[in-house]
Amino acid sequence: MLAEKALELIAELQRTIDSTLGPYNEDTARHVLEEMKALFEQNQKDVSATVAGENGLFSGVQLRHAALERNKRCLLAYIYNRLQHIKKMRWEFGSVLPSDVKLNLGEQEVQWFGKYNKMLANYMRSIGDHGGLDLTQDLKPPKTLFIEVRCLMDHGEFETQDGNIILLKKNSQHFLLRSECEHLIRQGVLEHIVHG
Amino acid sequence: MTSENVDDYFSISDILTTQERLPCKVELPIYRLGYLDTSSTSDDLQPGTKLDLSFWMARALCSRKRHIVSVEMPRPYREGYREILTADANVVDLHKLGPYYYSYGVTVTECFQTRIRKIMDSSQNAYNEDTTKLTEKLDETEKCLFKAGQIGLNDFQRWETRQTEKLTTSEMVRSHRKRKRALMDDS
Repeated sequence: MLAEKALELIAELQRTIDSTLGPYNEDTARHVLEEMKALFEQNQKDVSATVAGENGLFSGVQLRHAALERNKRCLLAYIYNRLQHIKKMRWEFGSVLPSDVKLNLGEQEVQWFGKYNKMLANYMRSIGDHGGLDLTQDLKPPKTLFIEVRCLMDHGEFETQDGNIILLKKNSQHFLLRSECEHLIRQGVLEHIVHG
Repeated sequence: MTSENVDDYFSISDILTTQERLPCKVELPIYRLGYLDTSSTSDDLQPGTKLDLSFWMARALCSRKRHIVSVEMPRPYREGYREILTADANVVDLHKLGPYYYSYGVTVTECFQTRIRKIMDSSQNAYNEDTTKLTEKLDETEKCLFKAGQIGLNDFQRWETRQTEKLTTSEMVRSHRKRKRALMDDS
């Protein structure tokens, strides 16, 4: 059946999109492109035959054209949905991706991530009064300036804004500026303790 | 479903919906594409050949100007099935009839109306329990609705128990950790 490989890409995407991104399937994408090339060449042949006077080839041309459009749609949707996922990763993981996640990205996707990173950083620097505004901070409305946190893993030394150096050791508890440790919480290094 | 606006163009579920097959009959000869019909060995598709084509393909071949193929009503949407649905829509396994039953045949709204009550009810009341039994017979559209209801319920419960102010690890980081831990356990 035509456009089957392209559908494989979409099915694969649907399976993995809810968890983590699977590896970029360059192989299947290339197969799809090859199929498209073959379809296109056959169509061109049929069109020139029709121009030369042969009749009735039009149905085949139309069918192949539909398959071409379909393949194109599947490929574009594959790339587009992956990009959306990568964009989301910037907000969840932060500007540096874990190495095994990065391994699953295609070369162009890595480039795109880098560019997106840069653009976001530039934008955040340009807004706000002095020194910009970090949009990835305070995703939930803050209730207090300081919060109590517990370390979930050994993270090493951490210098606070007022110059104190604290040691983030597993199971130690600290009272820190919310703005300073929100990123660490989101990355799973610290746990926010709420007294109910 | 058939609209070509930008949202749908990239939509995964729309692509999968339009992949469903329709029984079709070829009306005009289609040359050199005989391999689409696996039951024949001829090079061309002859008029009168019956075969299943994907919706996207049938649609392209079925324009108003040229009728290259004619399309029949797929079985789950015919009269007989509709009677079953009016009898008791709640027991039908829509997932088996095709996971994209609704978006594929928007005509069966009545069936949807009866089922939506149960879906809404269960999605609003199943808290902290295994919902796979509830959702396995649902169509993809129904699953979406169920999921939306569950998110609403969970968010409300979290707000009531004052858990929303707690900062948490982001979802992707968490699932990434889990996978890593599973890998480490394996080795």
